[in-house]
Amino acid sequence: MNDAIAMRLRALLGPHAVERDPDGLPRAVPDSPDAMAAICGAAHAEGWKIRVEGRTTWLPADAPADLALSTRGLEAVTSVSPADLVASAQAGASLDLVRRRLAEQGMWLALDPPGRPERSLGSIAATATAGPLRLGFGPVRDHVLGATIVTGDGRLVHAGGRVVKNVAGYDLTKLHVGGFGGFGIIAELHLRLRALPRADVTLVAHGSRDALTGAARDLSGTVNPAALELLSPALAAEPDWVLAGRFLGTEAGVQSEVQRLVHGGGLQWQQVPADRAAAFWGLAARAALGGPVTLRLGVLADGLDETIDLIERELTEGLLSAGAVNGMLRWTGDAAVERLRAVRRTAAAREIPMTIERAPWAVRHALGHFGAYREGVGQLVGRLRESFDPGGCLSVALEGAME
Amino acid sequence: MNAALREALSGIVGPRWVRHRAAELATYAMDGLPTHESAPAVVVLPASRDELIAVVRLLHRESLPFVARGAGTGLSGGALAAPNAVLIALTRMKHILRIDAARRRAVVEPGVVNTRLSEATVPFGLHYVPDPSSQSACTIGGNVAENAGGPHCLKYGVTTNHVAELEVVLADGQVVRLGSPHGEPWGPDLVGLFVGSEGMFGVATEITVRLEPLPQAVRTLLADFTTVRAASEAVSAIIGAGIVPAALEMMDQACVAAVERSIYAAGYPTDAAAVLLVEVDGAADAVAAEFELVDGILRSHGARSVQTAVAPADRARLWQGRKKAFGAMGRIAPDLAVQDAVVPRSALPDILDRIGEIRDAHRLTISNVFHAGDGNLHPNISFDRRDVALAERVRQASREIMEACVAAGGSITGEHGVGNDKIGYMPLIFDAETLGAMQAVRRAFDPEERANPGKVVPVHACREWHAAPAARPRPPAARPRMAVG
Ligand SMILES: Cc1cc2nc3c(=O)[nH]c(=O)nc-3n(C[C@H](O)[C@H](O)[C@H](O)COP(=O)(O)OP(=O)(O)OC[C@H]3O[C@@H](n4cnc5c(N)ncnc54)[C@H](O)[C@@H]3O)c2cc1C
Repeated sequence: MNDAIAMRLRALLGPHAVERDPDGLPRAVPDSPDAMAAICGAAHAEGWKIRVEGRTTWLPADAPADLALSTRGLEAVTSVSPADLVASAQAGASLDLVRRRLAEQGMWLALDPPGRPERSLGSIAATATAGPLRLGFGPVRDHVLGATIVTGDGRLVHAGGRVVKNVAGYDLTKLHVGGFGGFGIIAELHLRLRALPRADVTLVAHGSRDALTGAARDLSGTVNPAALELLSPALAAEPDWVLAGRFLGTEAGVQSEVQRLVHGGGLQWQQVPADRAAAFWGLAARAALGGPVTLRLGVLADGLDETIDLIERELTEGLLSAGAVNGMLRWTGDAAVERLRAVRRTAAAREIPMTIERAPWAVRHALGHFGAYREGVGQLVGRLRESFDPGGCLSVALEGAME
Repeated sequence: MNAALREALSGIVGPRWVRHRAAELATYAMDGLPTHESAPAVVVLPASRDELIAVVRLLHRESLPFVARGAGTGLSGGALAAPNAVLIALTRMKHILRIDAARRRAVVEPGVVNTRLSEATVPFGLHYVPDPSSQSACTIGGNVAENAGGPHCLKYGVTTNHVAELEVVLADGQVVRLGSPHGEPWGPDLVGLFVGSEGMFGVATEITVRLEPLPQAVRTLLADFTTVRAASEAVSAIIGAGIVPAALEMMDQACVAAVERSIYAAGYPTDAAAVLLVEVDGAADAVAAEFELVDGILRSHGARSVQTAVAPADRARLWQGRKKAFGAMGRIAPDLAVQDAVVPRSALPDILDRIGEIRDAHRLTISNVFHAGDGNLHPNISFDRRDVALAERVRQASREIMEACVAAGGSITGEHGVGNDKIGYMPLIFDAETLGAMQAVRRAFDPEERANPGKVVPVHACREWHAAPAARPRPPAARPRMAVG
């Protein structure tokens, strides 16, 4: 079967665009959205299962499939418009590359997702993994104006647009940002940018978890950080918990914010030297790769303590970070499926959704990225999946196996 | 008109709240757009979530189409119902169910009027940010359905950025909760998908919104320019300097003239080619610093004068002309076709020139007021719809304006939605496959296409998609079917 598929792919794409894994699995590396659509069209017709891969620095490339489809060949930053603060980039472009291209022209994408800087843009969008900057700049979806999607049966859909304000038609982009590829493959993204901030200051405070979350509560409303993230000792590689604040903006604006921070709240703040700040946040982002499983819990700030307690009880403290003002908790570590399921169940009873962002296939398959939905929602999601992938070609576990 | 249906509806909401006389229906035949009119068969006004759900379930059993309606200010014909449809007016569902100041959330019924929500949260030092110019009338449910914006959405985001959780009754009567109290999606982002779906995915029965702290300090600047280009360049320079003002609004000479001739006169210079209204907000010292920067940019980009206001009454005076611009333009002629389109910000000067050409070619009066910071235009055409030839020129000019915006890389609507007014423009920006995807998503929510039928997606222009099977029990054959119309 592998050989037949590889042959067919070569015929479709040319020999240069098809690789073989050591175990024989064919891997298609299309260099255009159309080529990607052709692969999906063939897979749909033949009933092949596809595993989508980005730069494989985030999700392990281990979903069972008849072929792998890599977005690696789609790595162009296709347009940049400084005057309009928008850009388009293909899904396989690394965040690093995009950042560099934008910085050359005085712009940036206000996203600091977990993982390595080589992560592909497509994987960031598909998993909707935002980092600490979600406090100041919103979740991933707020940065995506539109997208080109290839459906499981090889259709090309141009969702959204390239302007910062747009309500024409249904907002299809939202289905794909955070859809984990279950509703199609992201081929290209249209992004909303910001002007590079003139000032970028990071400060940290150390202390007990209670002291830090308490102080963060007092600070909320008086300071407007772009990020205020609580980091567990293991994640920060420090003896204590760390509260890290980041301020971005004009020089004067940032200075006044920093003054308010150090004089409010009663914590001892230390400014991270400018030449070390990027490394500090980079390490925090990379720490999310420090174990096989990463999950996020959509918890409000006032539920953080209780939820961290739950995690410490059911899993391990592990590598944990959380938005001290806007909630949202990310945990990385190793845990048995049963333990994870127990956390998800308890969280759900508290109205907190738990999403598996990253895990080996066995865990994804058992639990699903999303697990059980609320009543009535599963049917909706099922119909949406059926529309966007009628043959079930995309090997993605959204719901997880039956318990 | 079928009496059995009316009776069944009356059984749910009480006879007082079922309307069917022509004079009563006329109230619901428009949504602020003079070019579209259609009265429903019957109007039903549920008082509560439970009544609303019961109404939708009844209509499901009877296989009848329906349209939800908030305040009817939509301006795209979205809230109009065809003569065979039931209109569900939500204006009685106007209760703020909960304000959770600590969590910065409010839970509201869909018929709550936008400003009422902010008024109710101000005592807690909070407000609901999206502030459409129609905010004293429009409802949160309508805002959700349209993904409404407003002047202050430049910095703080539009409706979709402020909705955490939704309870929705689907067309088949099923009730689903989407999102979560935090706002993090529960599964795929169905809240994001629902917001902006123009009443075609179901009816929002309960809406959880985010509240934001009131800014500590606010300053407003009004600058006037001798050319639109200079004003547009000042806008780009402000954004390019890394400043995101709370609001960045522009009015052209025709708009300023209309305002200044009206009872809303705000003292704007009538000889200016364009007036720019900029607001900065935040912590007091940061605002002071940002204000200096903006003031400098405005002056160095050719502002003739810059007025500034700090005190609430003075700021209100500067804003008055902008807020009342539609009212003032409405006084120029019997009818006002309010248009809504988007271009990349850098295309603003060229598109305004082009709109001027279109205006001259069709001998029309057009005034422009727009959210300059995000390139969202409102070219408004004053006319008298009784003049058939004139109305046709308005239609033609509207289409040319849309085409020009699309050609500039923009969109056919930035906040008013597609409704039935712009359905013909959809193929200008979406190909058949993408329209097919929209239709497929609509059918996932509403397989029978009974919620607000015939809007947004031009079905004839769609490529056919795999249809998810519509599983629904048919009503027992013996039962008499109710009909409307
Ligand atoms: C003078 C004026 C100024 C305006 N300024 C702005 C502006 O600055 N920004 C902006 O975005 N818009 C603006 N608008 C447009 C309009 O006010 C908004 O679109 C508003 O959100 C509509 O709310 P509504 O309650 O009037 O909804 P309606 O017009 O009653 O309905 C609009 C759509 O929403 C659907 N709907 C209503 N309630 C629900 C519900 N509970 N569940 C599902 N669907 C529902 C309807 O079916 C319809 O399709 C303006 C309009 C006017 C007349």
